[in-house]
Amino acid sequence: MNTTPTTTPPASTYDRQFLLGLYERIVLIREFEERVKFLFLEGTMPGTIHQCQGQEATAVGVCAALRADDWITSTFRGHGHALAKGLSVQELMDELFGATTGCCKGKGGSMHMGNMARGMVPGIAIVAGGIPLAAGMALAFKLRRQPQVVACFFGDGAVAEGAFHEGVNMAAIWNLPVVFVCENNLYGASTHIEKVMKNSRISDRAAAYGFRGETVDGNDVLAVHAAAQRAVAESRAGQGPVLLELLTYRRTGHSRRDACHYQPKDEREAWFARDPITRFAEQLLARGDISQTDLDAIKARLEQRIQAAVVQAQQAPQPTLTDLTEDVFA
Amino acid sequence: MKRQGIAEALRDGIAEEMTRDERVFCIGEDIGVPGGWGGAFTVTLGLSERFPGRIIDTPIAELGLTGIAVGAAMMGMRPIADVQYGDFLFLASDQLINNAAKMRYMSGGTVKVPMVMRAPIGATGRGSQHAQSMERYFTGVPGLKVVAVSTAYDAKGILKAAVRDDNPVMIFEHKLLYGSKGARAEPGAVDATSEIPEDDYVVPLDRAAVRREGRHITILGWLLMAHFAAAAAEILAGEGIEAEVIDVRSLSPIDYETIGASIRKTGRVVIVEEGPKTGGVSAEIAAGIMEHCGDSLMAPVVRVASADVPVPFSPVLENAYRPDVPRIVEAARRLAQT
Ligand SMILES: Cc1ncc(C[n+]2csc(CCOP(=O)(O)OP(=O)(O)O)c2C)c(N)n1
Ligand SMILES: [Mg+2]
Repeated sequence: MNTTPTTTPPASTYDRQFLLGLYERIVLIREFEERVKFLFLEGTMPGTIHQCQGQEATAVGVCAALRADDWITSTFRGHGHALAKGLSVQELMDELFGATTGCCKGKGGSMHMGNMARGMVPGIAIVAGGIPLAAGMALAFKLRRQPQVVACFFGDGAVAEGAFHEGVNMAAIWNLPVVFVCENNLYGASTHIEKVMKNSRISDRAAAYGFRGETVDGNDVLAVHAAAQRAVAESRAGQGPVLLELLTYRRTGHSRRDACHYQPKDEREAWFARDPITRFAEQLLARGDISQTDLDAIKARLEQRIQAAVVQAQQAPQPTLTDLTEDVFA
Repeated sequence: MKRQGIAEALRDGIAEEMTRDERVFCIGEDIGVPGGWGGAFTVTLGLSERFPGRIIDTPIAELGLTGIAVGAAMMGMRPIADVQYGDFLFLASDQLINNAAKMRYMSGGTVKVPMVMRAPIGATGRGSQHAQSMERYFTGVPGLKVVAVSTAYDAKGILKAAVRDDNPVMIFEHKLLYGSKGARAEPGAVDATSEIPEDDYVVPLDRAAVRREGRHITILGWLLMAHFAAAAAEILAGEGIEAEVIDVRSLSPIDYETIGASIRKTGRVVIVEEGPKTGGVSAEIAAGIMEHCGDSLMAPVVRVASADVPVPFSPVLENAYRPDVPRIVEAARRLAQT
């Protein structure tokens, strides 16, 4: 993997509680997604789903570098971003079941997860649609001299859209406090990046707009966190945007029941061997003060929390006819 | 004859046109990827193996791929472009509306843009941005033909007519009508299969289709609503109300000859539309009816359409949003009694 040479401090130098917190977030996302997949495939969960198994470290590493009052924008693949930004399992699960207690009252669904009180605008399901939007949010912060930063998540596929060029360029010329986070999982839907980019090193594009870009191992949560911290600090200081390209891989279908036949077997296996959870667990265990029992306990606790949320979501109140015409205008 | 769904019929139609005319090619996202899906709804599945180099996968770039289709058409090719969901036509629309539709006129009749744009529409559990009924935004664009296919027979015949037409043609398709199979099957899908003849045929781009004859009331619909209108007519028949069901099919231009003939017979009309009532195609049709045969109406035009809201996610709300058979029956029954 050809990442930008950087300095990520070894796991041994971090605070134990901080690391366990990151681990918990990553595992939470994986367990949440696996449960949602099961519910969807068994037919009890409505709608369509786009999931992020295998990409958990990107969301967690970036959001851990943000302050609670910073913002993120997301996409159709937003469950992990939402959990990393602090939305609750319950409000997401309720939303997926279309309940009024969901984070968007059941009106948004899987592709539009968000909670304004937690600094996450509803996911934008139009590829690249969140990029100019994030720049606009950052412009608002700049004009009002507020110290917030926006982390704008999008996929490798978004880079081909006009909205990417237009949004990124304006963020650059006005030095806006936005970190562009490209989760490069090698595929836009079924299409491999090599088919649709002559230069598939996405971070190179930053230079064309006059700002800094960096390619990071997106399956190494500490590397992501370190890179995000640098980027957030720079853009908060008024130095303008940074483009982070996080190399990662989607372990699950693009959506719904996609069987990923377009992903070659050897490629899948190579990336499965670089799973962000296993790798992080290895780093944690190597420290000596974190045991497998600690990690197992975290997972067991999360499984219980998710199970409780599913039970509650399945009984949560469904909208009624009067809800249909509410919330159209402010 | 063979029984086919819309996705299969479109696939065969595209393959036959590509075989017949070397200028025809397909361009879109994920349409020919090996191991992929053949587009979002399987329409082009297997075609990239049969027509190497002529099923062109693009980056995710609707404005760009549409502009490329327009440019290639101007140079004499016959592209069939598609967007995965109709909602993305908003990105493509500058090239479609400002370039494709106006090129003939702006050039004083010297340019031809023989291209087809296909787009799936309809509320299907995906939330607000993968669900909109887009036909309202494209009907009434001068220079652009707009059609909506609700049966496999029509889908194939209209696709072929569109490819052979010298103008830009928008074809709207409905996600619940494709009959896509396997992992791409849609929950809540409606049977739109037809017997498809072996021989070549086309369906004209400017004709509505009478799906059921009746003398008491006319029900107009297209896409999914043509099916719901037919189901409503079945129920109404049990109550002694004979409804004539017309699949409007051609949305721009609208076939007032067929619609007018029916209304002159029944004097009553219900227009059914999936999509918000305000600014819908049904508004245009209602106005057209007033101009063409308003003096035959024995009661005001009735519309059954969606609420003026974005498409909601929650199934409860989505079902309330989309007109259904009971609401059509109810509206028709009341109108028949006036
Ligand atoms: C404008 C637009 N075009 C097409 C789509 C359909 N679509 C949804 S996700 C997707 C692939 C996106 O790829 P990428 O940006 O790499 O994100 P990933 O799915 O890998 O997370 C496509 C083509 C869309 N939602 N919006
Ligand atoms: Mg991708």
